[in-house]
Amino acid sequence: MTINPDLQGRSYPAGEVYTVGREAIRDFARAVKATHPSHYDVEAARALGYADLVAPPTFAIVVAQRADAQLITDPSAGIDFSRVVHADQRFTHHQPIVAGDELVAALHVDSVRAMGGGAMITTRAEISTVDGVRTATTTSSLLVRGEEQQ
Amino acid sequence: MSIPAAELTVGQDIGSVTIPVTRQDLVRYAGASGDFNPIHWNSDFAHGVGLPGVIAHGMFTMGAAVQLVTDWTGDPGSVIDYQTRFTKPVVVADTTAQPGLPGAVLEVRGTIGALNPEEATARIDLTVTFEGQKVLVKAQAVVRLS
Repeated sequence: MTINPDLQGRSYPAGEVYTVGREAIRDFARAVKATHPSHYDVEAARALGYADLVAPPTFAIVVAQRADAQLITDPSAGIDFSRVVHADQRFTHHQPIVAGDELVAALHVDSVRAMGGGAMITTRAEISTVDGVRTATTTSSLLVRGEEQQ
Repeated sequence: MSIPAAELTVGQDIGSVTIPVTRQDLVRYAGASGDFNPIHWNSDFAHGVGLPGVIAHGMFTMGAAVQLVTDWTGDPGSVIDYQTRFTKPVVVADTTAQPGLPGAVLEVRGTIGALNPEEATARIDLTVTFEGQKVLVKAQAVVRLS
């Protein structure tokens, strides 16, 4: 498979709504070994001023990777998911994600660079509520290793 | 949460933590995050694509390491920016038959890398190592102090 160089500049519009559930926040918090009570106990979260359970700082990846999936599973992109390695990641939070949020993510392919037999693809997900309030911007670089690369 | 910025200095240590990792942790992270790439749970598959073994999700390491920062600020919502590069894979041995034994151990240390008194923010620089080598590079979290 070869990466389609025309991917750069491509955008995928916001797809399905992701509703942030309390149990999703609790499960994700356990998965990253986060122990802060505001991930688990609604009263603890409210004591910090949040409307409901607050998500860990990297929770937005769940929403971003669903958006990335549109690209990775796009046959015209030419990406072999089994050869994808995460190269870098950034989160910019415009406001914390809390349980009850209804989020959508628009995906932008900011750059595609050939690297050896593979490619480095940088995507940006602009995550907002369904009401249009900006929530988070995530930027991911994915290294798609060429067949001959270890 | 309110950390008085005036009491902080660049270079100050905010603490350290040791994070044991097992294959089960990776399966749990796969389920919670929706990232089911088999390189994170199947040895044969991982070797088949040229990796040294099952490796942790970079996002697991990134997500677990930042707890040091949010425990320090006392507020998980205080992190307004967080970035890293993933430079070395964290190979997690299969210790399923030896309960309590980790398959890998991460060491996390945080120091104050920069202070912005006007915006009341601090940049925490994280050093995350596995077997003595850095696995995250330029791991930086910017937090709101008030």
